[in-house]
Amino acid sequence: MTDITDRDLPLPAENRAPRTHGVLHWLRVNLFSSIFNTLLTLLALYLLAITIPPVIRWALVDAIWSAPNGNACRGDGACWAFVGEKLRFIVFGRYPYDQQWRPLLVVLIFVSLIIASCNRRLWGRRLGALWLGGLVAVGVLMWGGVAGLPYVETLLWSGLPLTLILAVVGMAFGFPLGILLALGRRSDLPAVRAICVAYIELVRGVPLITVLFMASVMLPLFLPSGFTVDKLLRAQIAFILFAAAYLAEIVRGGLQAIPKGQVEAADALGLGYWQRTRLIVLPQALALVIPPLVNTFIGAFKDTSLVIIIGLFDLLGTVNAALSDANWQGFYVEAYVTVAAIYFCFCFFMSRYSQMLEREFNKSRRR
Amino acid sequence: MAGATAGIVRPKRPPPWNDPRVRGIIFQVLFVAAVLGIGAFLVHNTLVNLHRQNIATGFGFLGREAAFGIGESLIEYAPSDTYARAFLVGLTNTLYVAALGIVLATIVGTVMGLARLSGNWLVRKLAQVYVETFRNIPLALQLFFWWGLLRQGAPAPRQAWHLLPGVLVSNRGIVFPVPQPSPVYGWMGLALLIGVAATWAVRRWATQRQARTGAPFPTGWAGVALIAGLPLAVFAAAGAPLHLDMPELHGFNFSGGTSLSPEFGALLIGLVVYTGTFIAEIVRAGILAVSWGQSEAAMALGLSQGQRMRLIVLPQALRVIIPPMTSQYLNLTKNSSLAVIIGYPDLVSVANTTMNQTGQAIEGITLIMAVYLTISLTISASMNLYNRAVALVER
Repeated sequence: MTDITDRDLPLPAENRAPRTHGVLHWLRVNLFSSIFNTLLTLLALYLLAITIPPVIRWALVDAIWSAPNGNACRGDGACWAFVGEKLRFIVFGRYPYDQQWRPLLVVLIFVSLIIASCNRRLWGRRLGALWLGGLVAVGVLMWGGVAGLPYVETLLWSGLPLTLILAVVGMAFGFPLGILLALGRRSDLPAVRAICVAYIELVRGVPLITVLFMASVMLPLFLPSGFTVDKLLRAQIAFILFAAAYLAEIVRGGLQAIPKGQVEAADALGLGYWQRTRLIVLPQALALVIPPLVNTFIGAFKDTSLVIIIGLFDLLGTVNAALSDANWQGFYVEAYVTVAAIYFCFCFFMSRYSQMLEREFNKSRRR
Repeated sequence: MAGATAGIVRPKRPPPWNDPRVRGIIFQVLFVAAVLGIGAFLVHNTLVNLHRQNIATGFGFLGREAAFGIGESLIEYAPSDTYARAFLVGLTNTLYVAALGIVLATIVGTVMGLARLSGNWLVRKLAQVYVETFRNIPLALQLFFWWGLLRQGAPAPRQAWHLLPGVLVSNRGIVFPVPQPSPVYGWMGLALLIGVAATWAVRRWATQRQARTGAPFPTGWAGVALIAGLPLAVFAAAGAPLHLDMPELHGFNFSGGTSLSPEFGALLIGLVVYTGTFIAEIVRAGILAVSWGQSEAAMALGLSQGQRMRLIVLPQALRVIIPPMTSQYLNLTKNSSLAVIIGYPDLVSVANTTMNQTGQAIEGITLIMAVYLTISLTISASMNLYNRAVALVER
């Protein structure tokens, strides 16, 4: 503006600097900044208005909180009495009723181990030892047969403990295998590379269901006659083999991100292949891929729900069994919402944690 | 090397047990021998076990009569058909639900991904709730939920919900009217093809003209007019012959129209809602990956918001989006195998029935694996082609 006198004139009302605080300002900027935005806001409000009140009425206002059986529980609202009646069965399944403190303890061990693993100051050998001790304790508690605990066969393991065991053991054993596969895929030896690539691509190219089918139907055929593997172990082997292929690709991403100079420097120091890999390459590569590893763990946790296909009673299996009770029929929405909430708590917490890690890692890398 | 005249002094060869090449070869031979040995052991055991249990081997069973019914099929099928035909039905069902799922999940995911970046607080938060909720619940559980809702939550055919005239939702699935066949539709299809070809020609001409003169041409609108307008014009010229085959209630079920079973509906909804959350995050990350400076530069050039998105941001975001999107498409296709838990007759479900009837598990699983590997490789190859087309071309 070249005309200086303009500056002295009072600005017209609409040109004054807008208020930058207060509820009205926030509403204007965030909800009603343009005609299109206003329409979107109104549409969203309309959708909320037609969905939220009926849901609240169903879940809270009209809900029935206690009832002796299913027929006494039919109304317009949810039947939370069903969940109250069946929750213990859904979580612990067919594990002997008077021994269910053992799986409860197992769940607590897993939860505290997961929470402990989120503390980055604990990362290292000590955490590994902690997990090893935890897994041993889980095995002793679930199987029993020692220290006065009655023996419980794996066919009776079910519910949340089974889900956690499948996911954690699958990752724990799949991880070393995945590292070996990733190293093999990056190897200079063509035969080793070809076999690793074939394995990884084969497993990643087929659905988990086929791997589970294979473990449950074909594994018994693969073994010498007279040699049997129980159902849980078969599913666990399938999980380990499946997880290893996915973990291998993640580890490979980390290996590729390590500058060549690191390997050359290790060679110059006279380190052999395994020393170089163990002391120089892997520590750096694995640190880079921790956030995607957490995401893979979330995926494995959700994927355990597929064992229902080969007849194991994980969380999804127990809830379906609970739904087939003749006294309580038709409360599938209540049941599935409850189980969904359990899965959600675990997955949401872990995904939040992985997002936080990713942010922190990016921060330190940018510096 | 200082002494050029002395030639290169070769280091003395190490003894063979310390030579990395020799060691590499020995290691590989041992490794391959171990893998082959384990493989041979397993094959031997399998053959012995199969012989002991009197299970036939080979794919001869494919030519025999299947003798089981399949609830829904895109192609003609009767229980008297062969196992091979049953597998084909399963394969078409898998491809059908996967193709529809990929299209719908892309739409849902893109809309939700853009909504998560919206300036509107309410829209942003709603999209976030959608993504966080459905991403963190296993797909199998969601499928059971939708299936239960469609089968038990929906009323019997007599009390079916009328969503639109002729569109009825009941516990038998969704029925909707379909137009009765008429020769005009063939001509409309031809008009559509001509429209697509004409749009391509117009686009070519407009690009050349803009490069020569700088004058822009509204290619997008012209394309819409050609692709949608030509078939509609043919339709109107033929006197708009629309005879809908309306579904009607006969006894306990509907006749007429076309129906989607609750199993198909649940599988499709589950796949779309679940995969949509992952696609939303990919779209969001892709758009955020384009640096803000690009948008600022576009604004400085005077491009409108739409032009900025279309010409500057999206082409760059697509480079980031396409590789992870490919793996989501693959995941969706593989996840469609969960159909077996709710009883939609996809490939895995048909193969499962076959394996139970014939006991030939190895052949059944081999067929499933071969099909999924082929699908996976085809999808990733075609997405790689597309990726190459949008990839950054450097000097």
